[in-house]
Amino acid sequence: MFKILKYSFFDLIRSRWSYVYLFFYLTLGFVLLFLNNDLSKAVITLMNVIIILVPLIGTIFGVMYYYDSKEFTELLLAQPVKRASIFLGQYLGVAISLSLSLLIGLGLPFVLYGLFQSSAIWDFVLLLVTGTFLTLIFTGLAFNIALYNENKIKGFSYAILLWLFMAVIYDGLFLMSLILLEEYPLDTFSIGATLFNPIDLSRILILLKLDISALLGYTGAVFQKFFGTGLGFLMALSALALWVALPLLNIYRKSRKKDF
Amino acid sequence: MIHIENLYKSFGKNKVLEGIDLSISEKGIFAILGPNGSGKTTLIKSILGMVIPDSGTISLNGNSIKNKWNYRNEIDYLPQIANFPSNLTVRELIKMIKDLRNLPGEDEQLIELFKLSPFLNKKLSNLSGGTKQKVNLVLTLMFDSPLIILDEPTTGLDPIALLHLKNLIIQEKAKGKTILITSHIMSFVEEMADQIVFLLEGKVYFKGDIKTLLTQTNEPNFERAIANLLTEQNV
Repeated sequence: MFKILKYSFFDLIRSRWSYVYLFFYLTLGFVLLFLNNDLSKAVITLMNVIIILVPLIGTIFGVMYYYDSKEFTELLLAQPVKRASIFLGQYLGVAISLSLSLLIGLGLPFVLYGLFQSSAIWDFVLLLVTGTFLTLIFTGLAFNIALYNENKIKGFSYAILLWLFMAVIYDGLFLMSLILLEEYPLDTFSIGATLFNPIDLSRILILLKLDISALLGYTGAVFQKFFGTGLGFLMALSALALWVALPLLNIYRKSRKKDF
Repeated sequence: MIHIENLYKSFGKNKVLEGIDLSISEKGIFAILGPNGSGKTTLIKSILGMVIPDSGTISLNGNSIKNKWNYRNEIDYLPQIANFPSNLTVRELIKMIKDLRNLPGEDEQLIELFKLSPFLNKKLSNLSGGTKQKVNLVLTLMFDSPLIILDEPTTGLDPIALLHLKNLIIQEKAKGKTILITSHIMSFVEEMADQIVFLLEGKVYFKGDIKTLLTQTNEPNFERAIANLLTEQNV
């Protein structure tokens, strides 16, 4: 698997898009710091960008890379290599190179600005950790979509739809259900519903860490009570980890049965 | 060496293999023939584990290949359409395959034979069809595996390269290997093959040498005999 990972990784490192992505984050980091002049404020703005953009890039890159490396995959399938290693290697290649772009692209400006002397360092670290989680999750989901769809256009559409659902539509449905069911106690429901969407989960995690959950009113207080404790935090992280693991397991399962 | 029993495979409603029984125990060159869509490539891909059969067993040297991958160390496979990762150079690709196989590979002789040295640093996407096929051949034949599978090896080759290919195949045969070839070029098959395996509608319709085929069909030459097999079935 590590050989496949190596080749996928170097292949991506040489591609123009990794640099575009890296450059985008570098610019974003510098511009935000320049405009905000304050690390913790920049972190909040950054959260909004990361929560929406990282899943989008992860999905599109994942789908694109899978379809783009079809030939490579077919070549590998005839070689003495385990099937699962081919796909997991490629997945890790994409996910790691995207995560690195994120870490370097955002890390560099913040470190230069004096992150290590700042109290916002842990907020920032959490932001990067959730960003990495989101990359892993959405690249994995994208690989799943691509494995099930031979047709590129279909695959792309499903991938975009998935992102749209998770990033926008889910929140809308969530909100509507809260309004519709306002007569009932909704604490457990809303916490449960949050766990089912990695984007929401990441957002809540960061908001809580930034101590601005009061902005969320009553729900915020409930979340604070749940996620604010060590146990809640651990549960949120395990939910994210599960979100990484499940798509991976399915890649493994599906790749064993697929014809090429 | 290869033993296939009752192999079935369909893609959706399209039934491609319908109970293939095939046993290849001898050394030599076996030509797998059949009309378009008769399941030649599917059969080969099943042997390689790229296509997972619906039912039936394939075993290599007595061991079932199901869910295994190590056995591919024993196979050199030339794919039908040379699709390569487009942003690699020829040299990198050769190096990569050697690395994946963990074997040295005798690529230099083959590169010289097919006159590929001027292309070594070119990207694969910039090569012509024939040159790609030559690279394909180098990748396949640089290892020394006991089973060689060539899917349409002659595609796009110029007469000189074709001659080299024939010599290479004869050399490999002399080493005591089993070689499976699919081709639509009948003269090539007639010249090279020891045995013919004729697939029709997902089954093995004929297996034997060319002489038997000629007597069985009552035709004076090989090309006509194959045509006879096809018209007999009105396909």
